[in-house]
Amino acid sequence: MMEHPERRWHDMGGDAAGPVPQDGHDFAIWEKRVDALVILGQGRGHFTVDGLRRALEDMGQDAFETMTYYERWVAALNQNLLEAGVYSVTELGAKMEEVKARGDTYGAAQS
Amino acid sequence: MPHDHHDHDHLSPSGHPYRADNDGPLTYWQTMEVAIRELMVEKGELTAAQIQAQVDAMDARSPANGAAVVARAWTDPDFKARLLANGSDAAREMGFDIGPMHLVAVENTADVHNLIVCTLCSCYPRNLLGLPPDWYKTREYRSRAVREPRAVLREFGVDLPADKTLRVHDSTADMRYIVLPARPSGTDGLDEAALAALVTRDSMIGTGLPKAP
Repeated sequence: MMEHPERRWHDMGGDAAGPVPQDGHDFAIWEKRVDALVILGQGRGHFTVDGLRRALEDMGQDAFETMTYYERWVAALNQNLLEAGVYSVTELGAKMEEVKARGDTYGAAQS
Repeated sequence: MPHDHHDHDHLSPSGHPYRADNDGPLTYWQTMEVAIRELMVEKGELTAAQIQAQVDAMDARSPANGAAVVARAWTDPDFKARLLANGSDAAREMGFDIGPMHLVAVENTADVHNLIVCTLCSCYPRNLLGLPPDWYKTREYRSRAVREPRAVLREFGVDLPADKTLRVHDSTADMRYIVLPARPSGTDGLDEAALAALVTRDSMIGTGLPKAP
């Protein structure tokens, strides 16, 4: 899979690959909110763009192949905010249970 | 009757159907987004209004902003010189709030075509043009743009003459490139607004050319 084992997975410039997929999508509101939280979280001084990228790159190739772009971003955002001590794993877990209990769709669960 | 809907479980509290992209089963990562957002508000880090304002600010950015910069550069040689010297300041001069982004404009000429990519991730002049298209972030584009850029360009419908120099610029988190496309021929009589309408998003990435007048 990796043509150049001396490079990390995200350093993919120059690898062989197929045709560029031309299909796109309009960003969903949850994706736009992740983007906003990443920008604002940096603005609050909790992490830098390098911190975000460090978390993204540490996820490894499997995450790149199986998660969408903003799924990876929200995971990296979460890791940085946890490390910064903005909230605890326990608090996050409790909040996620609370959110899930509101309904089965994003529309029902969002505040 | 707009609200005549048989299954009211599918209506939001306002009585309207949810957006289609909110109707799928709630995912783990969506749940995490809502949770993080609410925790940030509860902790006093951010307000809901701040978050919405940031979403709105990013939504308001579009390739039209870049097109206005390009059209100004096509009509004002002094501005073009300032743009090529310092893209960030030139964009700010036109009133675009691009934040701390370091913008570098690279000029297409009769002899040179420029293409931008971020091989490491997804760095893009997002504070001027808005969020990047999905293909910009794909393995295929990131890998091949620096390996066989002419083949990539042909997939986008751009067939460069063999004798034209092609320069590929690899962006970083701190340095974002934008292509200043060459002004199309036959546009001598056009004003700035008409010229801006010819400038496409892809022409500022280098995967396209401006529209013909």
